[in-house]
This record gives sequence, C-alpha cells and structure tokens, in this order.
Amino acid sequence: MKKIISILMIGLLILSLAACGKGETNEQGYYNKLNVYNWGDYIDPQVLEDFEEEYGIKVNYENYANNEEMLAKIQAGGTEYDVIFPSEYMVEAMIKQGLLLALDMNNLPNMKNIGEQFKNLPYDPDNKYSVPYFWGTMGIIYNTKKVEGQVDSWNILWDEKYKGDILMLDSSRDTIGIALKRLGYSLNTRSLEELERAKVELMNQKPLVKAYEVDAYKDMMIAGEAAMALTWSGDAMLLVEENPDLAYVIPKEGTNLWFDAMAIPTTSQHKREAELFIDYMLRPEVAAKCAEYVMYATPNEAAKALLSEDVIEDELAYPKGDIMEKGEVFIDLGEFTTEYDRVWTEIKAK
Amino acid sequence: MKKQWLSVPYGIWALVFSIAPILIIAVYSFCSRSAYGNIIYEFTAENYGKFLEPIYINVLWRSVLLATQSTLACFILGYPMAMIIAKSTIKKRNIMVMLFVLPLWTNFLLRTYAWMVLLRDQGVINQFLIYIGIIDEPLKLLYSHNAVLLGMVYNFLPFMVLPIYSVLSKLDNSLVEAAEDLGAPPWQVFLKVIFPLSLPGVISGAIMVFMPAVSTFVISDLLGGGQTVLLGNLIQNQFLVARNWQFGSAISMIMIIMILITMGITSKYQGEGGGRQLW
Amino acid sequence: MVKKLCKAAYAGIIYVFLYLPILVLIVYSFNDSKYRGNWSGFTLRWYQELMRDRTIISALYNTFTIAILASLLATVIGTAAAIGIHHMKPRAKAVFMNITYLPVMNPDIVIGISLLALFVWLKFKLGYITLLLAHVTFNIPYVILAVLPKIYQLNPHLEEAALDLGATPLQAFFKVILPEIMAGVVTGFLLAFTLSLDDFMVSFFTTGSGVNTLSIKIYSMTKLGVSPKINALSTILFIGVLSLLIILQQRASNIKE
Repeated sequence: MKKIISILMIGLLILSLAACGKGETNEQGYYNKLNVYNWGDYIDPQVLEDFEEEYGIKVNYENYANNEEMLAKIQAGGTEYDVIFPSEYMVEAMIKQGLLLALDMNNLPNMKNIGEQFKNLPYDPDNKYSVPYFWGTMGIIYNTKKVEGQVDSWNILWDEKYKGDILMLDSSRDTIGIALKRLGYSLNTRSLEELERAKVELMNQKPLVKAYEVDAYKDMMIAGEAAMALTWSGDAMLLVEENPDLAYVIPKEGTNLWFDAMAIPTTSQHKREAELFIDYMLRPEVAAKCAEYVMYATPNEAAKALLSEDVIEDELAYPKGDIMEKGEVFIDLGEFTTEYDRVWTEIKAK
Repeated sequence: MKKQWLSVPYGIWALVFSIAPILIIAVYSFCSRSAYGNIIYEFTAENYGKFLEPIYINVLWRSVLLATQSTLACFILGYPMAMIIAKSTIKKRNIMVMLFVLPLWTNFLLRTYAWMVLLRDQGVINQFLIYIGIIDEPLKLLYSHNAVLLGMVYNFLPFMVLPIYSVLSKLDNSLVEAAEDLGAPPWQVFLKVIFPLSLPGVISGAIMVFMPAVSTFVISDLLGGGQTVLLGNLIQNQFLVARNWQFGSAISMIMIIMILITMGITSKYQGEGGGRQLW
Repeated sequence: MVKKLCKAAYAGIIYVFLYLPILVLIVYSFNDSKYRGNWSGFTLRWYQELMRDRTIISALYNTFTIAILASLLATVIGTAAAIGIHHMKPRAKAVFMNITYLPVMNPDIVIGISLLALFVWLKFKLGYITLLLAHVTFNIPYVILAVLPKIYQLNPHLEEAALDLGATPLQAFFKVILPEIMAGVVTGFLLAFTLSLDDFMVSFFTTGSGVNTLSIKIYSMTKLGVSPKINALSTILFIGVLSLLIILQQRASNIKE
C-alpha cells in the first residue's frame, strides 16, 4: 500500500512539473506560448483551439471573476499575462496607472471591422490601448404577467405595489448609478451631496427589495418569482428566450452603456503574439462565433453581418439609432470610489 | 530525543508563510492611499479610526453573533451525530465518515445555488410543505437570517463532527463501564464522564467552525440576498470594490487581535480555574 | 430497540440534509435550460459541451493534484507539529497555537493578497508551485487542530512501555503512537483535502502561468451565469467517488469475512 502511494506521489510530481514546460520559438517564427486572462465562459473554447492550430501557439487560458481581482494580480507582478479583457472604467484606470501597453495599429488590420460608433470612446480616446470586445446596456427586465401598464422609467423600482418583488444588482456602481440617473444626475457624479441624495432614495427602496444579487436573480426571473430586476442587456436577451413573459426596457431617464475590451498589460513579454491574438479575435468569423456563444452584442460590424437576422433585429441587444444617446459610460472615479463604497455599505447594513 | 523539535518544520513554515504575510498586512494597515488605491508608505492611523464609526461596529457585532449562533447549532446537531458514528461498527464507521465529507467535494458555489433552488418561494421545500398540507402560503425561507444560518451550518458541520468523532472513537470504555457499574444513570455517565473526555474534540470543532464563520461572505451574499453585511463582506469589498486595501487590512488586523485576546483570556481562565489547559 | 431506531432516524435526517442539495445539483445537470429557473426538459447537452471544453479538464487535473499533494504534505508537517506542540511548555504552546489560529481566522482574501505580496517580494514566479505552497499553508492548521485532541487523549505511558521493550523511537512512533492517533490524522487529511478542493480566493491570488483550478473556473463564470457544464462535471465526479467508495467498502468487508 505504502509503495503504491509513493509511486503515485512521484508520478504526480513529475506530471505537475511537466505541465509547466518552457516556451520557445516555433516554425512560424512565433513564441509558442500566450497567456490569456479572461472572465469565465466569455469566449467560445473552439476559437482558442483554432488559434493554436493556425499559429502553433499554445494558449494558457486563465480566468478571473471581477475587474478588481484582475487589477490586483497585474499590479502585483509575478505573472506574464499577454491579453486581458477589462471593462471600460478599468481600461481607463489601468491607462492612468501605466499598466497597459500601447497597441500598434499596423498589427491590427482587422480593427476596420469595428463599428465607428464604438471607436474612440471617452475611456480610451484614440483606442491607443484597447479594442472593444462586447458591449451592452443596463435596464429593467420585468414579468409582463405581474407588472401592469407601460414600463418606461426607473420609478417603477420604487413602486410600493411591488414590495418584495424587486431584485437589484449587488454592485455599488450599478445600483447607485440608476438611483442617480432617476434623480437626473450623472452616474459618474463626484458630488457628495448628489451621492447622499441617491443614498436616501436607495434606503427608502430597501424595504421593497427582495434581494441584492448578481447571478441567481436570473433564475428567480425565469421561475416567475419576482416582478422585475435590474439587469444587463446581454443577460436580458437570454432570459426573454427562456421565459417569453419577460420583457426588457431601457428607461427614458437614460442608463449605463458598458463595454468590455481587449488590451495588453505591461506584464506581457510577447506583445507581437498578443497583437496577433487580438487581431485574430477581430476577424469577422471569429467574433461572430464568440457572439453566438456568449450571446452578447458585438461591436464588430463585419461579424454582425454573419449573425442570424433575428439576433441583429432584436432591439434589446442592438438598439437602433445613436447608442450614445441612450446613456452614459462609466468613468473611473479614482479616490472617490471609497465614498461609493461607504454609501453602499450604509445602505446594505441598514 | 526531544519531542518539541518535531514542530520545527512547521515553525519555519509558519514563520515564512503565515507570519510574514500578516506583517505585510500590518504594514498596509498603517499606510496611506493614492487616488487609485495604491499603497503609499506614509504612516497613518486613519484606517483604524475609520472602523470606530457606528456602521462598522454594528457589522462587527452582527458577524460575531451569527458566528456564535452557527457554532452552537453545529455543536447541537453535530455532537449526537459524532456519537452515533463513533458507536457504529468499524466497518460502518469509515463509510459514515466518508459520506459526511463527500458532499463537500462538490463545489461550494454550486451547493449554495442548490440550496437557493430548495429554499425559493416555489422551491422544493415550500412545494412539499404545501402538498402535505402544513402550510397554504409559501414561507419566505430564502433571503433571511435563518437561510444564512442554515448555509453556515451546512458548510461547517463536518468541521464540528469529525474532531468530536475522532476523540469519541477512542474513548477509554473502561471508564464508562466503571461509572455504569457504580450505578450512574446514563445521562450522568454522559455528563460526568463522556462529555468531559470529549472536550478537546469539541474545542477543536468550535474553533474550526467559529473562525471561518466570522469571515465568510459568499453565504451571506447569496442566501441572505446581500441584505446583511458581515465582516467578511466588508473586508472583501475593501479589496475588490473600493480598492481600499489599507482599510481592509486594518479591519482584518482588528479581527485577528480581538480573537487572539479572547483566546488568551479563555485559556488563562481555564488554566487557573479548571487546573487544565485547552489541550 | 427504540433507541436504535431513533439513532438511525437521526443519522438519516442528517444525511438527507447533507445530500439534498447534491441531488438538486445532479438533477439540474440534465436540465435543458442554462438557468436553474424551471425544469425545461431532459438533455445530455451539458455533458457533450463539457467534453468539448478542454480548459475545464486541465483545471480538473490541477485541482486534484494540488489537493492531494497539499493535504499529504500538510498532514505530515501538521501531525509532527501537533506532537511537538503537545510536549511544549505552556507558554511556547500558547504562542504556537496562536500562530496556528492565524490562517483559520484570516479571511481568504487577506491570506490570498498577503501571500501574493510575499511571493512577488521573494521573486517567485506565480504558478503551480506557489499555488501548492499556499494550499499547504492554510491546510496545516486544520490538521493540527484535528490531531491535537487525539494526542491529548493518548496514554503517556504507552510510548515509554514500547521504548522499554526495546523499540527504537521511530518504531515506537509508527507501531504504537500512530495507530492510536490515526483517526485524528485521517480526519485532518480529509478536512485539508476538502478545503483545498473548494478554495477559490487564495488560489486565485497565488496562481499564474495559466494554472486554473476548478473553483477559479466556476467563480469566474458568475458574470455570465455558472454553466450547467459544471453540474455535469460534478455529477460525474460525485458518482465516480461514490462508486469507488462502495467498491472499496465491499472489498474490505469481503476480506474480513
């Protein structure tokens, strides 16, 4: 018995050492390893395999659950991530801290596929550091069997009629953001007075709220156990598909527009291969594959053309007209972030 | 050979991987903060001062209360279970122990989601209760204090049962028999003989339940619907939302010092009063 | 007889409590919907998708090798430490016990971030080895806490008797002491293994170079909803471990007969 265990142990050790083999240049002249750092399930795994086959570069694929976690890892060092997928405000924060490498547009010919309205946004004015990956809006998903009449305003989330039937997002920026929007303020406000007013609104709303959630609220909506929830457009699309009684609306007061991007952090040792990967991700057929897998809206116009008619015509995912009129993009708040956190703690701990 | 030397490898390990990191956290807790939350090595005690605000003290109180409740619940549910396992035949014992930890080998998040399915308004438990006619209206089980408590008991129960079981399994049976022969009724045998002898196991179990319970955050987020903020949530938020590592570090330092002081007092009290140490 | 029935009923209820969520989790691995909202039909689709996703398979491999290696190492170091601590003078004992409590009460995120800072400061490249070191670190205290009560229970004359009868200290340990404290050592190992399998926060901050664990994979999916692929995987693992357990148990009872 003891022998078996020791043999097993040695075997495991050898295997574990073999797992981290050394990288080197391959026949096509590329370094043969690339470290990609992404949200979980945010890419079609097939795409990674195709990339490996085409260029002979092995993709080391690692995941994170939250922008700040990723930031902490990049800041600390000790890692060699080549491509990351930060959200818009995180792109901005990372640029300001000098944590991103400038992209060489000559190596990204497929950048032409990105729609004009998704280029040069305030978080990265000349797209010097990032390329958009997916985008969407925030809004209310509601059950048409439980909610009567027209829903077009954030006010419904404060309606006493739906006491205990309202789900909010457990995310300080988003939930405080819509309270600010409802009051007619910017969701990037740095005015303490405006923030305090939003706090009072949310404290008044708390007795009506069933839960502050991030993931499982979707199950509640499908099961018809809540009347409405704050949600992102990508998820809304999937929810409506599951339960046809549900509907999604972007309130008239305006909302939040979000973008997730691809960028190269300063930890990267292989920028050329990282750019190769990003350009590959911008190919119409690759971007379309990812859009089909994740079901979020792609900013890649050429890829959009490859998607089915139903999807493109769905106004939930792809609102018509000038999207910038629908809402605001989050700006990184710098040191003011702690005020949002204090307010959020006060609301939740009440 | 002096036995104390056996703990030298652990001593070195702890020095490098437990104490050094705590020192780093202690340094962070006294540092200032830049606009992007970076650590600036300038002394300040502000992070500790901030914790004295009423909302944070309130959070602390609630966390300690909840952890105490879940430790007690684990003890009350777990002790009889440990006794049952310990009294089974050796053949049965092993499988019963394995069956006790097996559920914990599936992912924590999935297990918690499964509890949400069970506890929902139209979930399995409510539907069952309505079906057998105990209730007419679904009970509000999910998103409550009790749901959080249940989640904690579910996840920490084995940490109470296993140490108690391992002590009970090798209890000196002659002592129990002697007490019985001398005419002690079963409950007295238990209270005066079995329970005191199993105390080291109970203490181990209580520590392994109480301490993680104080700092947990996922259970309160998911089963409590994010409506209760516990110490664990507070610390988590400082690191992952507010980018205020300094404050997060200060909170966890306060927690560590508080618990160490409590442990110190209890062990001293036990040492003098009972003439016996924790172990 | 009534007493026996009561006991069986109590154990039964506790086990139902432990396994009810596992049952739910298995059922939902066959649900056609990505969400756990309603039952929308039987499917094996998630099992097929699981086979397609090689990142999950490599995460599975890392998770189990790390858990086995870390809990074995922690059991050896922790058991030795527990024996040492038991023989210490009260003051040294108190110091060692307090050090032992540190990783148990420290929130995972604090352990994770402080170890990350330490590894970077020591110029370690983050990856498999740092992940292993971190897991051993938070596992050892649980082994100590599980083994100590057993040592306390030990008859101090047992070892003396063995030594008097001519056993070497090593023989005395392996032939006399170890069998006596085995229940505690096994408990410690099981707890350590369980903690390793389930850890997310510490693993997240101490890994790198593309070394994912299952927990990291699962938590990182919360943004888009945890895929039932993971339920499918858990079902396979659960059934696998359970069958293994039953086979071992049957072989053991055959030998005894």
